[in-house]
Amino acid sequence: MKPVSTYSTAAPSPQNMRVKAWLIEQKSLLALLFLIALVSMLTPHFFSVDNLLNIFRQTSVNAIIAVGMTLVILTAGIDLSVGSVLALCGALAATLIGMEIPVLVAVPTALLAGASLGAISGIIIAKGKVQAFIATLVTMTLLRGVTMVYTDGRPVTTGFTDVADQFAWFGTGNALGIPVPVWLMVVVFAAVWYLLNHTRFGRYIYAVGGNEAAARLSGINVDRVKIGVYALSGTLAALAAIIVTSRLSSAQPTAGTGYELDAIAAVVLGGTSLAGGKGRIMGTLVGALIIGFLNNALNLLDVSSYYQMIVKASVILLAVMVDNKHK
Amino acid sequence: MQSAILKLDKIVKTFPGVKALDGASLQVYPGKVMALMGENGAGKSTLMKVLTGIYQSDSGSIEYQGQAVNFSGPRQSQLAGISIIHQELNLIPELSIAENIFLGREPCHRFGAIDWQTMYRQADQLLARLDVKHSSRTLLGQLSLGAQQLVEIAKAISFESKVIIMDEPTDALTDVETLSLFRVINELKQQGCGIVYISHRLKEIFTICDHVTVLRDGQFIAERCIDDLSEDAMIELMVGRQLDEQYPYQDHRQDSICLELQDLRAADTPAVSFKLKQGELLGIAGLMGAGRTELMKLIFGAIPIQSGDILLNGQPLTIESSQDALANGIAYISEDRKGEGLLLELSVKENMSLCSLGELSQFGQIQHKREQAKVAEFIKAFNIKTPTQEQAIGLLSGGNQQKVAIAKGLMTQPKVLILDEPTRGVDVGARKEIYQLINQFKAQGLAVIMVSSDMPELLGLSDRILVMHQGQISAEFERHQAGQEQILAAAVGKYQTEGTL
Repeated sequence: MKPVSTYSTAAPSPQNMRVKAWLIEQKSLLALLFLIALVSMLTPHFFSVDNLLNIFRQTSVNAIIAVGMTLVILTAGIDLSVGSVLALCGALAATLIGMEIPVLVAVPTALLAGASLGAISGIIIAKGKVQAFIATLVTMTLLRGVTMVYTDGRPVTTGFTDVADQFAWFGTGNALGIPVPVWLMVVVFAAVWYLLNHTRFGRYIYAVGGNEAAARLSGINVDRVKIGVYALSGTLAALAAIIVTSRLSSAQPTAGTGYELDAIAAVVLGGTSLAGGKGRIMGTLVGALIIGFLNNALNLLDVSSYYQMIVKASVILLAVMVDNKHK
Repeated sequence: MQSAILKLDKIVKTFPGVKALDGASLQVYPGKVMALMGENGAGKSTLMKVLTGIYQSDSGSIEYQGQAVNFSGPRQSQLAGISIIHQELNLIPELSIAENIFLGREPCHRFGAIDWQTMYRQADQLLARLDVKHSSRTLLGQLSLGAQQLVEIAKAISFESKVIIMDEPTDALTDVETLSLFRVINELKQQGCGIVYISHRLKEIFTICDHVTVLRDGQFIAERCIDDLSEDAMIELMVGRQLDEQYPYQDHRQDSICLELQDLRAADTPAVSFKLKQGELLGIAGLMGAGRTELMKLIFGAIPIQSGDILLNGQPLTIESSQDALANGIAYISEDRKGEGLLLELSVKENMSLCSLGELSQFGQIQHKREQAKVAEFIKAFNIKTPTQEQAIGLLSGGNQQKVAIAKGLMTQPKVLILDEPTRGVDVGARKEIYQLINQFKAQGLAVIMVSSDMPELLGLSDRILVMHQGQISAEFERHQAGQEQILAAAVGKYQTEGTL
């Protein structure tokens, strides 16, 4: 067969094209940098080390949940249950710490509980053939109810024991001058980046989201991949629960309400397609940071929380529309 | 020769980095069928998109009914009387036939409510003209693909189109449906309609077309009268060089039985048995809906087995999923490349290695170097035209996509390779390459099952042909034992060989 190369010489140089493509690819990062520049001009306090660490720490909970959400969305699913998983796992962790069960037992137990709760959603979706939106809407409502029944609608405190002090390290501690939640966030992103780019499971996640029928005919155990991502999403929601509970020294039964939407916003801002199969985990980090920086800037600028919601919504809409334009 | 109703002259269209059209021309005559030929990537689709206003040309002119025109979009060109029937149908399965035909221009009462009576009456009249037996109230999704194609044509007629472009109209049609399509085309000709017919199937071109225009690399090569052209001469014009024999058959049959089916059946299909030797190519013929793909998917574990056995080299297999089939050395290349064969967003590399990642990983970690080396090896062996391994597969031509799909199956080192319509939407040059690859596999002792609706291909390549009718094997022919007519007769259930059924 004759090669069908019809490349014309008049085209822009490949190097220019590559730079342009890279810039388009990184536009969420550029948006973040633009945001930082804008805010630092408006408020003098913004660029202090304390404030930056503060932003990272505040972002960490949403960012960690958003990592799990990214995995789920890459398989063309959605996980609405993360906020409820967070509340229930937080209550469980607080109870265990209150009973003076060692941190090294209590924390893994809470994480395992998160994984199991996530896996339940996954099993309903994969084996029960229920749409992800419906299935996790069900588990979201169900688990919130279970949390309310379990806590009787009251906060669960971790108490004032040595164990409780140790537990407080997860939310309030520092290592090498950087808050522990930020470290946890960094580790989670690094681990999931490795998972997506260097393991079979990661490749299968993209395959299932890209074309489920083709993935199945390629001999991929689609059900296992789906259950796996929901279990991971549950685990990360439980990790977020530990940070939140540890920081407040108590678990609120209403904790995590609406967190699923912030996480989805971070994923979408990061350029991951809700249709599945397309997206990068580092985009999600940038997305979460955009939301974090925006929150912080609006606070520093003394914008009322009512207006903050409107500004946030506008920014997300703008970002997504700019993103669509390049497709 | 009469004057053309539509004249595209020296069209040039450049995309960033690629000159898709470089002086492409086409004339359409009223009451004649013009074949538009060329390999994949020759610019046929781009030219049609320029014509219907989806793309704007850089230079060149379009003259329609004696006037220079420049359509701003498909809606405008359709209203002017130029309709295009795409390879992938643009119909909505959940709506009725009438609703599909009149979508966006429903006849209305004075206050905007739809005038259903008029709509169904007009639609029924259109269907009657095309000899479609269904009522226009039938849901489109209940029709066969062939009938859906006719609905698309009815829609084109309802615009009183003077030019109808058909892009691979018979690709999904059975032979019977193809014949009725040809009857409709002849009727349209008599009404003075000019038709552009795009197809990879040379036999059809010679049956139905009056003239041929050949494009190569975006350039106009020739316009000929069909009677002045032989098949070989046309292929020469398309590929720009001489091709030797189109179906390079080689006999590599060995004595040992590789695969055996014993009364294999799914929940709702009859039992099927056959044997397959090593190095043998078993062709499966049959009409659309005869259960060919279902049988293949049954062997491959994609449809649950109700009863019966699959024996590989004499050993019974337990196949409950596609994973089991692949693990046991059975690979299946789907007929539906875009729907269930490839992951269009992923790269050539990621697609090709997807079934073999177990082999290419250690402790769940992909060994990138080995993966790249393996993929490079197959790209070379299959002569796949791609700039890099990282190229998104959706950007390759159909022929190259199909080669990647076959490479993906072959990378698992199967003992049985099932090819379902391996050359659908693949151009002549790439077809030949795929046939040669199949011969290589056979020489290595691989047993191949090939489902195909392309009769010459089936007759040209198979060692043996099974014909399926209503889920059962209605006839079995050795090579050269049967011709097209007998196979067709068996496919419609009117012919049986001894010992079957």
